[in-house]
Amino acid sequence: MQAAEETPHEPALPAHDPHGHALQSKPTLPLALRVRKMFHQAMIALYLPSIFRGMARTFGFMFRPKETLQYPEEEHRVTARYRGEHRLKKDEQGRPKCVACFMCQTSCPAECITIVARDATEWPDRDKVPLSFDIDLLKCIYCGMCEEACPCDAIELTTLFTQVATSREQKKYDMQTLLMSPSERPQVKSLAVHRRAK
Amino acid sequence: MNWLWLLLKIGVVLGIIFTLGPLLIHAERRVSAFIQGRLGPNRLGPLGLFQPVADILKLIMKEVILPERVDRVLFALGPLLMFIPVAFGWAVIPFGNQIGDEKLQIANLDIGVLFLMSVLSVGVYGITLGGWASNNKYGLLGSLRASAQLISYELSMGLTILMVVMMAESVDPQVIVMKQAEHGWNVFGGGSLWLLPSGLLGFTMLFITALAENNRLPFDMAECEAELVGGYHTEYTSMGFGMFMFGEYVAMTLSAAMLTTLFLGGWHFPFLTNPASHTVLAGIISVLVFTTKVAIIDFTYIWIRWTLPRFRYDQIMSLGWKRMLPLALVNVGIVAVVGVLVQGNGG
Repeated sequence: MQAAEETPHEPALPAHDPHGHALQSKPTLPLALRVRKMFHQAMIALYLPSIFRGMARTFGFMFRPKETLQYPEEEHRVTARYRGEHRLKKDEQGRPKCVACFMCQTSCPAECITIVARDATEWPDRDKVPLSFDIDLLKCIYCGMCEEACPCDAIELTTLFTQVATSREQKKYDMQTLLMSPSERPQVKSLAVHRRAK
Repeated sequence: MNWLWLLLKIGVVLGIIFTLGPLLIHAERRVSAFIQGRLGPNRLGPLGLFQPVADILKLIMKEVILPERVDRVLFALGPLLMFIPVAFGWAVIPFGNQIGDEKLQIANLDIGVLFLMSVLSVGVYGITLGGWASNNKYGLLGSLRASAQLISYELSMGLTILMVVMMAESVDPQVIVMKQAEHGWNVFGGGSLWLLPSGLLGFTMLFITALAENNRLPFDMAECEAELVGGYHTEYTSMGFGMFMFGEYVAMTLSAAMLTTLFLGGWHFPFLTNPASHTVLAGIISVLVFTTKVAIIDFTYIWIRWTLPRFRYDQIMSLGWKRMLPLALVNVGIVAVVGVLVQGNGG
């Protein structure tokens, strides 16, 4: 640091060579200053001042708040646009919004959506409704294309990211499961109970 | 009665070794985590303190894999040679003031400092043998680097210790500590204002050489995870690796004890301990003071490790030969001149 202060006076000469050895100081400097400069350069050559500064810094870091999230006790907060488990929305009368148009199934690059449609005999405002709506979550790549493609805003990807299952079958969701909100699904519920018990 | 005392003292020292060792491994992980803004292992037991127990259990359970065409005897000897000499070194460390007539030191050797130095340098055989016997180029490179580095730094270490020996006029650790307790710690010149700069310089240099001797960062040329896949212990598995790791931390503790004894007044702390009182209570307090000092130095080792990056190999060599060695020589010279001219010793 001393070296950096001295450079403006004699820009042609570096204060010390790349190996850290002190160059001869100008004879015009007073003795006390010269001794001080030599001491500083010796300290720089021994790396000590920078080491002490570094140590002070790391010591300060020890008392800073920690970034660690203690996961099972603290939940990670994801943003609303996070793409987790799917959900089928309902309209004001509690009916599935889906009109079985197959747009999501067609756009799905992983081919994880399987829809079987039927005529909407009881509802005059639409032609078709899904008889069954299955998503294989193990095939899904969570790209959100189904959400983009849906003309009725009937399917969405929720922020639920904890997906635990003990068999493949558990991750094949049918329409009934998909219509529930994620926290009510039996698969997710058992996980939450397990976590609370711990 | 004598045997009882001996057993008690060995018990205390082994207690210090076998609790400080695993504690240090845990402290290393926790302190590094804290410096890096993490929490570290905090799950098992209070503050995660049982984590080392789990680690050791895991290591013992692991399969021992013996690589093909290794020298079985040397391969087994490596970890032992790393650990056992270091444990020997503790025999001459005075870890407390005397209780009654009994000095708190396992073996009251009058050449204790020399013994300590020789024992510290035997540790390199463990690393060299381990690397050589594993029949692995990374292991060999690591151990060669370690031995070259140790020889380079041993010189300045010896000279710095010589300075302490000259100040105390003895190679007996008891006498060295006693003198410091009566006159002042060696790090502050042993009570003489003339020697204050020499004391500070000597302490710093012994600290640095101790880091190099233990292969601690910034001098961990033997291990070099990034380049040498773990260096000398690349081929070690299970408790063989465990011994190397544990030995490293025990060696750290020993060199911290050496620093404490030679420069920081051993078990002495002003107003806390009185060299003249030989009661049991005073003895226990002095042991606690000693342990605290050792723990603080060990913490500093860890703190330095997580602050500094590793030196380049030629930088280590140039620091050792071109800077530390001349400085140590000058330092010894100053102590000698001050001793003869100012204090009138040897006149």
